[in-house]
Amino acid sequence: MIPRHLLIAVAVMLAVVLAMSFYGWRMRGRAEREEVRVTTRAVAPPAAGPTEQVTLYVAYDDPGSLHARVVHIPLPAGRQERAEELLRALVEIYLDKFSPHVLGPGSEMRSVFLVDPGLAVIDLNAAFANGHRSGVLVEELTMASLVGSLSANIPGINQVKILVDGKERETLAGHVDLTKFYDISAVNQLVTQLETVQ
Amino acid sequence: MRWSRYLPLGSCFALLTVLTLATALLLFSSPDEKRMSIYSNVANYSVSVVERDNLDYVALLELLEPLGTVTAKASGDHWRFRYKQIDSEFIAGKHRARVQGSDLDLPANFLLENGRGLVPISSLNALLPRFLGGPFAFNQIARRLFVGNVAIHFTAQIDKTTPSKLVMNFTSPVNPMIATEPGRLRMVFTHEAVVAPGSQTLTFNSEVIPSASFQESNGTAELLITGNAPMMASFSNDGRTITIAAPSTTPPLTQGQMQSPAGPPPPPTVIASTGAPFAGNKHVFAVVDAAHGGDERGAALREDLPEKDVTLAMARALRTEMTARGLTTLLLRDGDLTLSLDQRAATTNSSGAAIYLSLHATTEGSGVRLYTALMPSGAASRGPFLDWSTAQTASQATSQIAQAAVTAELRNKQVPVRSFSAPLRPLNNITAAALAIEISPTTNNVSQLTSVEYQQLIAGAVATGVAAIRDRLQAERR
Repeated sequence: MIPRHLLIAVAVMLAVVLAMSFYGWRMRGRAEREEVRVTTRAVAPPAAGPTEQVTLYVAYDDPGSLHARVVHIPLPAGRQERAEELLRALVEIYLDKFSPHVLGPGSEMRSVFLVDPGLAVIDLNAAFANGHRSGVLVEELTMASLVGSLSANIPGINQVKILVDGKERETLAGHVDLTKFYDISAVNQLVTQLETVQ
Repeated sequence: MRWSRYLPLGSCFALLTVLTLATALLLFSSPDEKRMSIYSNVANYSVSVVERDNLDYVALLELLEPLGTVTAKASGDHWRFRYKQIDSEFIAGKHRARVQGSDLDLPANFLLENGRGLVPISSLNALLPRFLGGPFAFNQIARRLFVGNVAIHFTAQIDKTTPSKLVMNFTSPVNPMIATEPGRLRMVFTHEAVVAPGSQTLTFNSEVIPSASFQESNGTAELLITGNAPMMASFSNDGRTITIAAPSTTPPLTQGQMQSPAGPPPPPTVIASTGAPFAGNKHVFAVVDAAHGGDERGAALREDLPEKDVTLAMARALRTEMTARGLTTLLLRDGDLTLSLDQRAATTNSSGAAIYLSLHATTEGSGVRLYTALMPSGAASRGPFLDWSTAQTASQATSQIAQAAVTAELRNKQVPVRSFSAPLRPLNNITAAALAIEISPTTNNVSQLTSVEYQQLIAGAVATGVAAIRDRLQAERR
């Protein structure tokens, strides 16, 4: 006959194992949900901290032009972090309900890397490129808006390279070439062309 | 002990001698190394062939190693070799060998060099049956060995509907190295067991692609297709089909021959591309490129209307208008075919055309947008070679003149038009004046893009604009 205290001890251990398993299962599910939420949301600029005045080149599909828009946004101190917050603010405008230049859902600027001397690498997420509308002008407006806004506010950038999910991509959405390093002075001339509504 | 700061004179001479010998070795070593190819169900590979006493030799161990377990042991002049369960013994400088307990006479002496056992290639037909056991075929002249039933056969015939298209079907997927030269397209099969068709020379009932020839040498098979126009090879059917196509050009029509733009479109014929200049198209004035095509659909203008279809219709309309103005025009694609951007640029550059016009379509905006290449500031090629990514630099001023001329003509026709530069390939790879034309409807109705009247209006204006600067384009022609 099994002693009574042994039965109670085994029952208690089983109960503890079951409870731990249930807790672990719940924790894993929560972590997965959190991961999904983090990877699909558009990151907003930090709400706190002093704001600074910056100039963003905002694309307007109608009439197909760029407009310099002065905005006040909180910016961190680091050069690279400033570049990232700046472009995230620009992407936020495009993801807004009243966007003048609609981007696909889930579009996100993942990060900006500043590489001396004078190279900035913009890394977009896959949703940004995959959900982008296809056309020469509509893709060019996006490229010029990102590159023009970056060069207007972060001094010392001479060239910009655009990646998608950390990798080189042939075109943004079938037209605009993403294999090249964009020369800032050439893009600034393009920005001037696109600011002019003929 | 005191070390000299300088190298002794003797060391300098030794160093110079070594450098001179190394340079001489590099300069005078034969670039065409002799090879032998082996095709089998296990692996396709090639081994090097060495020449001794005017005879070709191959290392037996390297030859059979990929096909099964091998061991070899050199002991004095004797070389014992085992392949799978088959033992053999060779003696350096002797032509008699012993395989599986029985003697065999080689046509030339066995050689032992640094532990490597070399057998004459001419002995393989007698030697290999002892080791392999199964069927094999050895082409000694071409040095190609087929172990088992691995041969890839092919057929080649001219497309019945398109005389300038040669369709080749292979029994297994192939991936040859393709090279073009004036009037020829060469396909070299190194790792594929492609064998000759019934005849070494194939003739076709086509003026554009009259013949092809098959030859084997140095472990490779080569298929040489002769043509009177530049040719492009495209793959399909998982690499089992190779289509060789030549371009279609339309000579200028006289007034009496003028086609009606509203008439039925020409049949989907051929597409062109090679890097080869071609005698038949010396007078191509313009290249018209219907963007996208084949697997690459471009923008979805409507659920049932891909951009590639609209650009093709526009390209045909533009060819008609250009031809009517006496401007010989080459269409890069006159059907639904996938062409890479590099192929488009290479064909345009080799055609010697004075202007390249790339056509795009979109539902965004209104009217027409004209683009020249967005080039980096100060970009220029140095020396005799043109940098591929900035090849347009020298022609950019002419491109802008063409952009202005076409803009003016579209405005004359009351078509809304804007002009930009754009990072749009292959504009930057073109060595002539190059424009991209993006067409959108002037109303909210996408169907306008497929309207013959709208296409004709824009095509007519573009052709008139180009014709207006014909002399300038002709003068800038390379």
